[in-house]
Amino acid sequence: MQPGAGGSAVRREGRAKLTGRALYVDDVAPPGLIHGVTIRSPVSRGTIRGLRFDPSLDWSEYTIVTAADIPGINIVKLIADDQPYLADRVVQHAEEPVLLVAHPDPMRAEAARRLITIDIDPLPPVLSMDEASEEFKRYSVVKGDVDRALSAADLVVVEGDYSTGAQEQLYIEPNGMIAVADREHGGVTVWGSMQCPYYIHGALAALLNLPEARVRVVQMETGGGFGGKEEYPTIIAGHAALLAWKSGRPVKMIYGRSEDMASTTKRHPSRTRHRTAVTRDGQLVAMDIDFMLDGGAYCTLSPVVLSRGTIHAAGPYDCPNVRVRGRVVKTNVPPHGAFRGFGAPQSIFALERQMDRVAQAVGLDPAEFRRRNFVRNGDTLAVGQTIREPVDMHALLQRALTLSGFAAKRAAFARANPSARVRKGIGLATFMHGAGFTGSGEVHLASVVTVEGAADGGVRVLAASTEIGQGTNTIFSQIAAEALGLEIDDIEIAQPDTAVVPNSGPTVASRTCMVVGKLVESAATGIRRTLVDSGYLPSTYTRAQFHHACERYIARFGDLRSTSQYTPPPNVRWDDETYTGDAYATYAWAAYVAEVSVDLVTWEIHVDDFVAVQEVGRVINPTLATGQIEGGVAQGIGWALYEDVVWREGRMANAQMTNYIMPTSMDLPPIRVYFEEVPYAGGPGGAKGIGELPMDGAAPAIFNAVADATDVDPRDLPLTPERLLSLWAARHA
Amino acid sequence: MARLLDVLRAAGLTGTKEGCGEGECGACAVLLNGALVNSCLTPLAHAAGAAITTIEGLASDEQLHAVQQAFLDCGGAQCGICTPGMVLAAVSLLRRNPNPTEDAVREGLAGNLCRCTGYGRIFAAVLEACRRMPQATA
Repeated sequence: MQPGAGGSAVRREGRAKLTGRALYVDDVAPPGLIHGVTIRSPVSRGTIRGLRFDPSLDWSEYTIVTAADIPGINIVKLIADDQPYLADRVVQHAEEPVLLVAHPDPMRAEAARRLITIDIDPLPPVLSMDEASEEFKRYSVVKGDVDRALSAADLVVVEGDYSTGAQEQLYIEPNGMIAVADREHGGVTVWGSMQCPYYIHGALAALLNLPEARVRVVQMETGGGFGGKEEYPTIIAGHAALLAWKSGRPVKMIYGRSEDMASTTKRHPSRTRHRTAVTRDGQLVAMDIDFMLDGGAYCTLSPVVLSRGTIHAAGPYDCPNVRVRGRVVKTNVPPHGAFRGFGAPQSIFALERQMDRVAQAVGLDPAEFRRRNFVRNGDTLAVGQTIREPVDMHALLQRALTLSGFAAKRAAFARANPSARVRKGIGLATFMHGAGFTGSGEVHLASVVTVEGAADGGVRVLAASTEIGQGTNTIFSQIAAEALGLEIDDIEIAQPDTAVVPNSGPTVASRTCMVVGKLVESAATGIRRTLVDSGYLPSTYTRAQFHHACERYIARFGDLRSTSQYTPPPNVRWDDETYTGDAYATYAWAAYVAEVSVDLVTWEIHVDDFVAVQEVGRVINPTLATGQIEGGVAQGIGWALYEDVVWREGRMANAQMTNYIMPTSMDLPPIRVYFEEVPYAGGPGGAKGIGELPMDGAAPAIFNAVADATDVDPRDLPLTPERLLSLWAARHA
Repeated sequence: MARLLDVLRAAGLTGTKEGCGEGECGACAVLLNGALVNSCLTPLAHAAGAAITTIEGLASDEQLHAVQQAFLDCGGAQCGICTPGMVLAAVSLLRRNPNPTEDAVREGLAGNLCRCTGYGRIFAAVLEACRRMPQATA
């Protein structure tokens, strides 16, 4: 018997993955398949003059789709209606899709790429945030009066500019879709690698001018997402569907690695400017923060990414005067988009490095300075949210300091470093991460989950939330099993298929466990209540009695279903107009410590030890939760030190795994993961969100550790050996 | 020249995955005469007459190989796309070194990239498999 919530049940689909039987989109091939490829803009901005097809090829063998072939609206349905599926008159960024071709032979489909020329009159592109003049969105958070506070005498004021680069999600399974269209009856079905089936569902209906009931979207096993399969798969699904619509044949589109890296969304580059005023004994008085993101050429999800980054910019600190100005600007690079953390890692990186610099300015240890300013139960965050839950940042920090041996190591390193070629340092970051959609997002989503009982006593969970490696199948099974007093094997999780499952919202924003899991719990509880209230089941029962009750109920009434829809927890209020209120129903809280070695000859930085202490509510599955933290910290280490998107004229110049470097098994430290469990009433069994949190803390802890190891002041990420060397050289010139 | 990867997948052995097509990620790793190779960089001619083990050949009927079972128990697989190659890399390592240290495990798996796990649960799984495996069949 496997445990319910709180146990490390093994991954439900684990056996299929371990034996190679799990089916990803490229593992299936419907009969009559043709292979689609995307022909993209070679320049960053310009006006399309025409297309030229090399006469050496017999183009009658190919299906060719341009913007003129689109039956519905040539706009990717998301936030702003600005992005076309296929560029029509103008191109706004390099790699922008212009036309599609398909051929039964995948090699010949590929060959067509080189034999089509897009004639474009180039226009001057905007390739950096500095040159940008257009904004997609701007937010402002104001608490108290920052200008007046800053003018007071006898304060220590510390300023700093920080920047972060783009980061590629680098899921190991590249993007891919299969589409089948039925023009005669008006319908389309797509299968593919995705996080958000209903985003694609709504978008395809508009693209093909079909009623939503004639569109079906099915998630295949998905080889990682990290946000990278949140919005871009809608475009690929649209392309595959257009080719299927025109050709009448099944179409498969699988991106190669280079195409995926160069063309699809990445983490927004950022620049943050801080001005912080503290008293001489280290009390925060004012925080003035200017936060800017590079949105790329189209709006995509940038306003929401900006919102999360803006709200997290002032961190888990209590400060009477705060001003955060956030904006996301338009440039002519491929649009940036969702990536684990969604804007928060960028603003938290800047803040946590700034906090260490402020501590140093007032002569305080970085831990002690934070202790003097942590937010507590009853305090109000800058956005106007009063913390009404027990929050104990002091305890989290203390545990992280103890487990890492922070104070002793800091002292020992300081003694040994002056004569060492390899300098050592230790640094920390303390932070929080809001779970679920920002602001009123969850209210607008109004997510739905259904649980149904079968005559054989089996229970099926119907939700659009996708398993992308993070453990959706397993935790939903645990939550439903616990709510019903059953075993995990009694629960089946339906494949996300819009013809079968209700819209439980996108699989993003650390919401699957807390928000959707709560709906699973309450829908499952509804099944039990129905059986008990109808007299088929006693209030305490065995598994056999439950099975028997299902059988009798269904024989009598036909089916047994229970549906739950999201309603916000009591006292959670957000005002979209004033951009104030309870930005998130709850937060996860954390203190991370990184220990590094810095080689003064090779300028390599290695992370030697990592301690991650967090409070994420009740932990439903310790093995999966630990895996989430370890994986997120690993991505954070990659972002901090290795992952450098090199831009050349608006294109990613290193769109290959050979020269875009993610951490290997040799590069990572032991990542030591600890949970404090404070049950949260709004989550299933007391659980909160977890997935994004670990992305926030690694980079600033590492930068603070490097500053401790050396005497340089690193503020720009990634901290490659070349950058570190130039910082050192400038310092010691 | 066809790649071994494409020939295997066309034959229905789709457990072997393509992650990068340039030998960096190891998702396409198979055992060729017992040695771990990236099938995306292996021309079919190099496989002529060779014994090839893919992930499909590792478990016997419903009985998982000790490495697969340990990955399942320890949380070594998340999204699963690197998993077939990673498991074969671990099997290959344990055949060469039945009692590896954690450092040896790190080195043995360095050609297989995983974006989900941070490798921690994978190391735990390989060391657990090693504890469970009778040395003779390792």
